[in-house]
Amino acid sequence: MKIAIASGKGGTGKTTVAVNLALAAERNVQLLDCDVEEPNVHLFLKGEEKQARRVSILIPQIIESRCIAEEGCDLCSQFCEFNAIVCPGKLPIIMPEMCHGCGGCKRICPKKAIREVPYEIGTVTTAQYKDIFLAEGRLDIGMPLAPSVIKGVKEEIKSDVLALLDAPPGTSCPVVAALQDCDFVVLVTEPTPFGQNDLRLAVDMVRELGLRFGVVINRANPDQTCINEYCAAEKIQILAAIPDDRRIAQSYAIGIPIIEALPEYKEMFETLLGRIKEAA
Amino acid sequence: MKEIVVISGKGGTGKTSVLASFAVLAKNAVLADCDVDAADLHLVLRPDIIEKHDFISGHEAVVLQDVCDSCGACLNLCRFDAIKEISQPSGESIFEIDSHSCEGCGVCYAFCPLKAIDFKDRHCGEWMISSTRAGSMVHAKLGIAAENSGKLVSTVKEKVRELAGKENSDLILIDGPPGTGCPVIASVTGASLVFVVTEPTVSGEHDLKRILELVRHFNIPACVCVNKWDICPEMTEKIENLAVSTGASVLGRIRYDTGVTKAQIEALAVVETDTPSAQDIINIWQALQFQ
Repeated sequence: MKIAIASGKGGTGKTTVAVNLALAAERNVQLLDCDVEEPNVHLFLKGEEKQARRVSILIPQIIESRCIAEEGCDLCSQFCEFNAIVCPGKLPIIMPEMCHGCGGCKRICPKKAIREVPYEIGTVTTAQYKDIFLAEGRLDIGMPLAPSVIKGVKEEIKSDVLALLDAPPGTSCPVVAALQDCDFVVLVTEPTPFGQNDLRLAVDMVRELGLRFGVVINRANPDQTCINEYCAAEKIQILAAIPDDRRIAQSYAIGIPIIEALPEYKEMFETLLGRIKEAA
Repeated sequence: MKEIVVISGKGGTGKTSVLASFAVLAKNAVLADCDVDAADLHLVLRPDIIEKHDFISGHEAVVLQDVCDSCGACLNLCRFDAIKEISQPSGESIFEIDSHSCEGCGVCYAFCPLKAIDFKDRHCGEWMISSTRAGSMVHAKLGIAAENSGKLVSTVKEKVRELAGKENSDLILIDGPPGTGCPVIASVTGASLVFVVTEPTVSGEHDLKRILELVRHFNIPACVCVNKWDICPEMTEKIENLAVSTGASVLGRIRYDTGVTKAQIEALAVVETDTPSAQDIINIWQALQFQ
């Protein structure tokens, strides 16, 4: 079973929920950090590193002796939808950071003057923390293509073991890459106007993707009921409400998971995990 | 013209609350919300929309089922796992393209032996020009689960620069997205200054390091402020030292204040209320004038 923890808004507590669910599961669980632009799981679960591998996409390289750009050919540049090849009348110039690695330029080249070479964009690291298998994706600084690294992290998933995926914030391509093929999505939000607005966007997204989902309210406050009202109107299940407890914020600040700092919350995450499995 | 972009690396540190206050404090600034897939600035500034435009960017491939003979060549052409083979009750398969996985590269369209794939313009969202009590604003809404958020950010930036020119404004204030990827790179490109709002937590520190590395990569000066600093004073100090050691300026601290949420609920910028942290933001805004 694959369960993604996502949110429209950043900073609502995705990582907190993912980390504590993994701890509540205790054994036979995989936790995958798919927030490859800002991976944070390792700050809370300092596992023993098993292996690290670089993630690459294939980008074109011009075989100069074959290229006929000087004769006016610019088919590769015309083909590229991402403006990653420019033909200034002589040898084409490749801009690797624009390339999506589709391989179209190589196919279109009439002179077989393009070969493909790996271009590194990030790293996938695996580690073990007690009985939790951890995998983290990390996009290199200055690289735009988060979805390719997310796909690399997801290759680590073993299908017969419960997998928890910490997704990136937002609702665009990186989130879609993390959520696709998941059995259930936990949307973490907070009871503020920003939280509610971004939850609505996230709900639109998971509905568009045809995924089952439920909501966790973080920093819940009995005086702020906007999320409860929204979920009631939309018939969305609220799976848990994590109280607005300053001690939680303080343990988070120094990198200690809630369950380890405040064991009285363990039962809450066990119940949450049970509800997710039931709903998924 | 000066262009200040507020970013954070980590999400939820208070970018939008700080930027909305700056917008109110600034005289003659034009505003942009570049957090196009989870935009919130409009919730505080309540814009009146003056213009609305469709955002068409790139293409998406669609199988023409009446031409397709289900040869499956496209399956091997696509590097993004966007081609889905769907078994029919008759035992045969049909092929469809999952629009959420399609990157719009055009390989299947160009190399389908039967020309059975169409390559349509892609509607990825919309962008708007609005007026607000704090000045004119360009903002956008990415389509649901849509592609091309980076290009939409670039469009918003192009439009806000045009608008600033028209209005003779010398300051553009931009609310940026979280992260370090495509939309963040598009947001900071060409900026005169990046203002980073972070929080005193291990995640805030980790993500600040990465975002400062990104702005150094693009050679843009950076300023930092720690929001909710009193949640963990030790971590605040550590983060400020980190910022200084990388060449960024530390412009001040904002205290933890439940009045920030109250302001948000009332659709007010923090500095439009008399909550204690309003003064912290005013002090930072004044310090920013010397950057």
